[in-house]
Amino acid sequence: MEFEPVIGLEIHAQMATQSKIFCNCSTEFGKPPNANTCPVCLGLPGVLPVLNKQVLEFAVRLGLATNCTIRLDSQFARKNYFYPDLPKAYQISQFDRPICENGWLNVDVNGQTKKIGITRIHMEEDAGKLIHGDGDDDCSYVDLNRAGVPLLEIVSEPDIRTPEEAKAYMEKIHSIVCYLGVSDGDMEKGNLRCDANVSLRLAGQEEFGTRTETKNLNSFRFIQQAIVYEIARQKEELLDGHEIVQETRLWDSDKKITYSMRSKEEAHDYRYFPDPDLPVAHITQGWVDSIAETLPELPDAKRQRFINQYGLRLEDASVLVAEQSIADYYEDVAAHQVNPKTVYNWVIMEMGRVMNETRKRIGELGISTNHLAELIGLIEDNSISGKIAKAVFEEMLKNNQSPHVIVEAKGLKQISDEGALGQQIDEILESNPAQVEQYRAGKTKVIGFFVGQIMKATKGQAHPQIVNQLLKQKLDL
Amino acid sequence: MFDLSLEELVQQIKSRQITAQSVMTAVYKNIESYEEQLKAYCTIIEKRRAMELAAVVDAKAKNGEVLGKLAGIPVSIKDNICIQDPQLKTKCGSKILENFYAPYNATVVEKLIQEDAIIIGKTNLDEYAMGSSTENSAFQITKNPWDPERVPGGSSGGAAVSIAAQMALLALGSDTGGSIRQPAAFCGVTGIKPTYGVVSRYGLVAYGSSLDQIGCLAKSAEDCEYGLRVIQGYDPHDSTSAQVEYGDAPSIDLSEQKFCIPQEYMDADAADDDVISSMMELIETLKQAGATVEERSFPFTNLLIPTYYILAFAEASSNLGRFDGIRYGVRKEGDSTLESLYKTSRSNGFGAEVKRRIMLGTFVLSAGYYDQYYGKANKVRTFIEQEVEKILAEFDCIIGPVSPFPAFKLGEKTEDPLSMYLADVYSVLANLARIPAISLPTKPSASQLPIGTQLMGRKFQDSQLLATAAAIQKITSDHQQTPNMLHK
Repeated sequence: MEFEPVIGLEIHAQMATQSKIFCNCSTEFGKPPNANTCPVCLGLPGVLPVLNKQVLEFAVRLGLATNCTIRLDSQFARKNYFYPDLPKAYQISQFDRPICENGWLNVDVNGQTKKIGITRIHMEEDAGKLIHGDGDDDCSYVDLNRAGVPLLEIVSEPDIRTPEEAKAYMEKIHSIVCYLGVSDGDMEKGNLRCDANVSLRLAGQEEFGTRTETKNLNSFRFIQQAIVYEIARQKEELLDGHEIVQETRLWDSDKKITYSMRSKEEAHDYRYFPDPDLPVAHITQGWVDSIAETLPELPDAKRQRFINQYGLRLEDASVLVAEQSIADYYEDVAAHQVNPKTVYNWVIMEMGRVMNETRKRIGELGISTNHLAELIGLIEDNSISGKIAKAVFEEMLKNNQSPHVIVEAKGLKQISDEGALGQQIDEILESNPAQVEQYRAGKTKVIGFFVGQIMKATKGQAHPQIVNQLLKQKLDL
Repeated sequence: MFDLSLEELVQQIKSRQITAQSVMTAVYKNIESYEEQLKAYCTIIEKRRAMELAAVVDAKAKNGEVLGKLAGIPVSIKDNICIQDPQLKTKCGSKILENFYAPYNATVVEKLIQEDAIIIGKTNLDEYAMGSSTENSAFQITKNPWDPERVPGGSSGGAAVSIAAQMALLALGSDTGGSIRQPAAFCGVTGIKPTYGVVSRYGLVAYGSSLDQIGCLAKSAEDCEYGLRVIQGYDPHDSTSAQVEYGDAPSIDLSEQKFCIPQEYMDADAADDDVISSMMELIETLKQAGATVEERSFPFTNLLIPTYYILAFAEASSNLGRFDGIRYGVRKEGDSTLESLYKTSRSNGFGAEVKRRIMLGTFVLSAGYYDQYYGKANKVRTFIEQEVEKILAEFDCIIGPVSPFPAFKLGEKTEDPLSMYLADVYSVLANLARIPAISLPTKPSASQLPIGTQLMGRKFQDSQLLATAAAIQKITSDHQQTPNMLHK
């Protein structure tokens, strides 16, 4: 039997606002427990919420960037349930009148472009967190610093069919929220996370199968792995003649499995109703239009421009635009009239490697765009070889010096002077007559031996092409 | 001094014709005489402290310092309004909050303090303002000063008694479906529920958020106006508070006023004869003053009670979720599970009426029932609001009874909650339509119990409504009557 996976993602993005969604408390991460709280986010008797306008603006920005219809009269609703991290016993969220609806995004997987629908984007408050005592301490503690931190929930249509598409979609959302500045997208801190709804149906079948929801996936890799696992698990269940249980599952990243958290029978009835403390959030089309004018160039548009302007391949341009700081860095370097493809190689291969190793962002590496452009310039005018350039780059990382200064100080400049090189070559040919004989007898491969000797003598600074050229001239006499 | 209007009294305190200390002494004398029997207050500040606060006002007056509009006035506030005070808890009449000191002030409290009022205590109420007799308080039963065997009404029963027994000169109450007006009627005082949004709800422990409104109880419409002028105003902490200019009190010529009496309110079966006759006497007075009074049909009257209770209970079921014993209030551990902690704390902490309303409210919001109940009730409410607006385009005021009967005996209706719900038929209209409504003492019953008649006005025309009521009180004297116990 052939099964087709049907996948939808619900993504939560913590907004990059200074203050919480319904009070003035700071959203700063890492404060002592309950330091960022006030009567409002503590849910004390008698308090009332007041909407942070920045939240509304961020929601509209994201809606516009994802081709959504913006609702001018969206409404907040209460989602009622009991849990100690939820001080009011309801979460203020949106229900039947979300701020954004009916959007879409394109994602590229294996050279194919796929359109993924976005059902809705809505604003809501985060809950606090529980800290469970360890050892002899059997208490649980409530930290409400996170309670009331604003979130955007982005719900996709069940348009996704493969784990790769799910990952690509998540990457696209990550890229867009960061470009817009509506979230820092820090997945390790959980500031961007997703729940994956997965079901299987027989190929060609219209209706959906029973789905499971795997919650709180906070890396691109986990999303892909969890969905791969869930598809395999459900397939096995179905082939064994079992029914899929509609349930909430969690991902165990060590064991690389999903496991059941609660079934539908235990699911809550959230008793949604419009929050009477918050009037309808009326906004005007004029305001929406003014926000539209401030949107930055988004990843897809930037990628197309990079292809046109720099002659990059689609895949390379995609890599560059995924993160705005990298795209900006790239453009700054490329503006120095150096080969854009060489710039791509340095930014993605060399700097990308260092970013991965040091877990730093491109701006934190200490290499200015001017310096990188200089370095590429030195290669292009044959002042140094590519190999030497890598050594210079390592120096630049260490002391943030300009490549010119490093090359001068260490005397690394490439020797292209034919006179000087010719002399060196003559010396080496003289002291290795046997090899010269071999070459002249037809074993032309020994030329590599001479090149190596010359490089050794010049500490790698000899211009390899010129060396080759001169050697041939002299040997072929 | 109890005959002076608040404005006059404050003037005299400022000009040192009367000292704030002598006012406080008189009020505490009444508290010492009647409070033990009436139990209007849940908590009250020590007399020594109240006298110190009054002395501060007198000292300022003596030094010629600027004093606020309520300088030296002893004010009571209902115990569902938060105040940050080491001697005043905010218990809401509920066991679950019996140890709760609010760590912040309600906006109305800030405004009172700003104007140099002296908040002397928190008045008793039905638990979380749920009830019409103040018998649902977990702590004490408040008695009606006109007949201590009778209820004071509710839920702002303590507030009404604090005024009726002259144990405060201004009382703040809250009104979700009549909780200011009905006890005002039962206790022979004047009480106003302002337009929804005129007074900030920040710091009022929520019952039905879309209906709740803080208002004033006092001996006259003039004093209610004076108090309301202090506590009203847009509050950035309350998203439902209105950014509407509260106008100066207009001068009202009753002969130019048009009053509407709903035909359905004249139904002889719906209310006691005494109540109808008291209202009719007011109508007669108005006609004699040259006012126009006409009947109109309010065909939606039978929808008021179901609509109101569905909305109020639904909102309450959500609003009261936070009382879970986790962060504040009384926690009762069951077995070691979280669910048992919730169940035990809430089962022990809430009284029967609160539980009934939480359960009904939870039901009407349940999956599959929303459209049938809450959704429909909201639509009906909007319809009622529009119908009332049409009527008030034609008329200045709507007249009606406040309650179908005067104060009943303690315990008389506790076994029949439904009859108590139905008795709110006249009062809930103003909350559903978000309009201001005032209860005025009119002709008492045959057995000399106070009866109130209600005037409802246009949205955000609270000062017009109060000026109309004040004009009526200029030519009538029912509001000047005081309980016999004060004359002994």
